[in-house]
Amino acid sequence: MVTKTPDAETIRAVRPPRPGRWVAAGAAVLALVWLAYTIIVNENLHWDVIGGYLTDDRILGGLWVTIQLTVLSMAIGLALGVLTAVFQLSDSPVLRGAAALYTWFFRGTPLLVQLIFWFNIGLVFPEISFGIPFDGPKLIEFQANELITPFTAALLGLAINEGAYMAEIVRAGIRAVDPGQREAAEALGMSHTQVLRRVVLPQAMRVIIPPTGNQFISMLKTTSMVSVIAGAELLTVAQRIYLENFEVIALLIVASIWYLVLTTIASVGQHFIERRFNRGYDGLTRRVRKNLNPFGFRSTA
Amino acid sequence: MTEAMVRISQVRKSFGSHEVLRGISLDVPERGVVCVVGPSGSGKSTLLRCVNRLETITAGRIWVDGELIGYRELDGRGSRRRGLCLLKPAELCKQRESIGMVFQRFHLFPHRTALENVMEGPVTVQRVNRVDAERLARRLLDRVGLADRADYYPAQLSGGQQQRVAIARSLAMSPKLMLFDEPTSALDPELVQEVLTVMRDLAADGMTMMVVTHEMGFAREVADHLVFIDGGVIVEQGPPREVLGNPRHERTRAFLGQVV
Repeated sequence: MVTKTPDAETIRAVRPPRPGRWVAAGAAVLALVWLAYTIIVNENLHWDVIGGYLTDDRILGGLWVTIQLTVLSMAIGLALGVLTAVFQLSDSPVLRGAAALYTWFFRGTPLLVQLIFWFNIGLVFPEISFGIPFDGPKLIEFQANELITPFTAALLGLAINEGAYMAEIVRAGIRAVDPGQREAAEALGMSHTQVLRRVVLPQAMRVIIPPTGNQFISMLKTTSMVSVIAGAELLTVAQRIYLENFEVIALLIVASIWYLVLTTIASVGQHFIERRFNRGYDGLTRRVRKNLNPFGFRSTA
Repeated sequence: MTEAMVRISQVRKSFGSHEVLRGISLDVPERGVVCVVGPSGSGKSTLLRCVNRLETITAGRIWVDGELIGYRELDGRGSRRRGLCLLKPAELCKQRESIGMVFQRFHLFPHRTALENVMEGPVTVQRVNRVDAERLARRLLDRVGLADRADYYPAQLSGGQQQRVAIARSLAMSPKLMLFDEPTSALDPELVQEVLTVMRDLAADGMTMMVVTHEMGFAREVADHLVFIDGGVIVEQGPPREVLGNPRHERTRAFLGQVV
């Protein structure tokens, strides 16, 4: 005999009380308020000076140089990194050797030294020319001291150094792609370049992006090293100002506030780029995604 | 040799000191369906992978549609030596274009939708314009019964559906030969039939097929020729009903006793 059982009631359970969590939260809030209070009422911090310099023209100029240096050196570094990683994984011993030499040298020497070296390259090579090697005719010739400004030296140093690190990140990303993907693409008749461009790299990007975001954020602050070769980025400018008016702490806080703003924006950007490259992994169809995504990223496949 | 779509002659293949294929010769006629069965590690998948040169053979020759796979025969005229010359990468790609391959683990491109997966070959390799490629892809998805799944990503499809998309992806290149490497071995039992049905239709349409499989029912019903491989050699071959119904060789009997 079959008896119809009544439908079971939907479970609506309450959570067990967590008094410890409330105590901890209270303590944390109290500590924060106290910290904020001591900072705000501290007269040594010169809040009026900080507020004044936050939008100072020279500071904003330095900020712009920092952004340019970061974006350009990361872009060049990423390109160099992809190229080097592809070389590292190639069949050719010449390319593998070149890639190994590059990463060995530029990861093995301090960035500070590299920056100073690029800035002073005129001491070693006073003239830079393109033409036939070994005293052949020259097509273009530059005076190193005209070509190498603090900005170009900074860009060279940061980008080439970054490329060596990015190469390892990209290589790890490429190796993380299932070898079956490469086989499936080859079985369709794709060339090496097509396999890399259409199948392997897009999938490697998922693995490459989080550490690259890390590198980008790190680069925002590493640009401050350029102050040793008088690059006119944020920290250098702040230093120049405090050497005039002795408001050391205030100007360092101004610079730090801007660094925080930049890194925050970068983190948010990273989140959206990650979501774009997670296509196909998080269980949303493109159509559903389009409705959810307020920024309108579209598949370009 | 023109009547055979695939001609495998005296093929050997070693991985290091381990010889996986030890002299295999096999013909697949045009529009023929050959099923290859055998215990795991017998070399049957390796044989299939040699045909589109995902593996390089150590000895022997493989021709597909009269074309030597992976090499060019030097005739000794001019200053050239006699012997074999490796094909250039572009020539190899050209050969693979006309050989479809379906993998045990599907290997769909996870970052592309079902439709984009099927379009990928025509658009990237054959330079078909996107409009035509999409029309072709939709027709093929319809053929494998997945017209309504065109915009789904592989992760949103069942194993059986993924494998059917993978078949459509291969068909999009209009291959003259299809290789199936254990196409149903990674599937849940209830999903096996939907893939076999697609393959059955394909065989009925006259596609030349080489199928490595454990599905003896499919082999019996669809294959023209059944090959049993063990230890890198063909132990027994013939019409599937004969080999399956009345195996002559002891090793075949032992194997069939375990799988059927």
